[in-house]
Amino acid sequence: MILVVAEQREGVLNRVTWECVATAQKLEAQGSGPVKVVVVGASVTAVADEVAAAEVAEVLVVDDVALEPYTSDGFVNALTQVIDTEEPEVVVFPHTYQTRDFAPTLATRRQRTLVTDCIGFKSGPDGARFVRPMFQGKFVADIAVQGPAPHFASFQIGAYRAEAAARGANPAPTRRIEIALDLADIRQRPEAPFKEAKQAVDLTQAARIVAVGRGIKGQEHLPIVQELAKALDAEVAASRPICDAGWLPIDRQVGSSGQTVAPKLYLAIGISGAIQHLVGMKGARTIVAVNKDADTPIFEVADYGIVGDLFDVIPALTAALGN
Amino acid sequence: MKIAVCVKQVVTRDWPVRVDDAGRWVRDRDAGFEMNEPDAYALEEALRLKEQHGGEVIVCSAGPPRVSQVLREALARGADRAIHVESDTLATADALTVGKALADALRPEAPDLVLTGLQSDDQGFGQTGVVLAELLGISHSTIIMEVEVSGEAQIRVKRELEGGWFQWVVMPLPSLLTIQSGINQLRYATLSGIMAAKKKEVRTVEPEAPARESHQKIVELYVPEKRKKTRFIEGSSTEVAQELVRVLREDARVF
Repeated sequence: MILVVAEQREGVLNRVTWECVATAQKLEAQGSGPVKVVVVGASVTAVADEVAAAEVAEVLVVDDVALEPYTSDGFVNALTQVIDTEEPEVVVFPHTYQTRDFAPTLATRRQRTLVTDCIGFKSGPDGARFVRPMFQGKFVADIAVQGPAPHFASFQIGAYRAEAAARGANPAPTRRIEIALDLADIRQRPEAPFKEAKQAVDLTQAARIVAVGRGIKGQEHLPIVQELAKALDAEVAASRPICDAGWLPIDRQVGSSGQTVAPKLYLAIGISGAIQHLVGMKGARTIVAVNKDADTPIFEVADYGIVGDLFDVIPALTAALGN
Repeated sequence: MKIAVCVKQVVTRDWPVRVDDAGRWVRDRDAGFEMNEPDAYALEEALRLKEQHGGEVIVCSAGPPRVSQVLREALARGADRAIHVESDTLATADALTVGKALADALRPEAPDLVLTGLQSDDQGFGQTGVVLAELLGISHSTIIMEVEVSGEAQIRVKRELEGGWFQWVVMPLPSLLTIQSGINQLRYATLSGIMAAKKKEVRTVEPEAPARESHQKIVELYVPEKRKKTRFIEGSSTEVAQELVRVLREDARVF
């Protein structure tokens, strides 16, 4: 049996759950058994009903007041009991921050390993091989999990399309699983989530974006990028390291921990294209990359590529636009 | 407060990594190595907490003899002593295997707080810290943007959630935190720090359970298949600039 761990927050299903259902259905086609989905939280009946539209064998519901708000201890204790009784062969998670917070603990408690950040799978002689990026996306690796089931894998957002999830003619049966949770075992005491001061820059509305990465080498070189942006009537954006270093404010950051953008033009300058960045910009209509390394992953998604020294190319580009 | 920081040594970002002949790892025999950058932020946070609250910073790394280089660097930045879990296989091992080796080394130290970076630049598991917390039997919280020591045996930490959301979480000590990059500004080693580091203790330990058992096997490592056809524009800087402006204007019509 393949168990999909649904993600929800305050009774709202995270769409990535459908991507995981699609993933599990593809695994099922390879012979890993029927698909079940488990919904964990408090007052999650509506979420379970929504998931039950999927063509799956069963939707399992763990509903307990101790599971809201989310804590890693609460989720690990609850899901450990589900896995003990249901004995899945494969457990599938979306590779979200929440999964990253509890799934490694869950696997470790069972003396098992979690394959994180998967982008696909293949069939191997000894079961599924999980495909995941390594070295910041420069390479991918086929991973064979050693040892007995259950095997745990988290799938990157966008690895499979949510629309690909098959829906059943009738809703899937739902079943409540009663678990024993002791509040005293939950060590984390979370406060209410909040947002920082409103973002000053809304990159999602920009028609053209000039984004800069590590290749710029120093804050003192930023003006050449800003001049190009001005010539293009574009917003300046950055990859995470630039904002971490404080060279540009965090509201200019594009990627999984920043903004997700889809401009007409995205010009990536000195950005290697780690997956955390690509997820934030691969929806751009036209992508241009300037980088000194022809093998860097940004060229995986680029429509136009220039392999060269950005300190020569960018001023030349600004000059060419002026003509 | 006794703070342990786990750091990984990885191939430097500038090194042009290529897959090795066996197709299971990268050719790194002649590579340069450096401290995994996310771990550098964890080390910096530990040093700041020690400066505010007193105590000791122990830095720990698992890997072959070359790993002592990043331990020396951490000592030069201000860590008090180092533990090197020496093993050739741990450099390429999976998170559970590495977690077990680190847990065995840190258990006798009984640290109040354990810090790690949120992921490594090479394998990028993003889970070794969380695995380590479970093996040490302590609570944890991930992707931390701020740390407050709020009582005798309690901390309050700011977690980064997705989509611009944050959340404070209160936890008892001992605890483990995975630190988000950018939480602080990194310091660099001073000359006096480098001199002082030479007198600091680096204790080498063998992994208790040899890392024979692997939980995840890399069957093949390879360059990803290209999904998009990239048109590379070649020529002098002026030529490529003019051609790019032309195609953006006439073909892509982005302005």
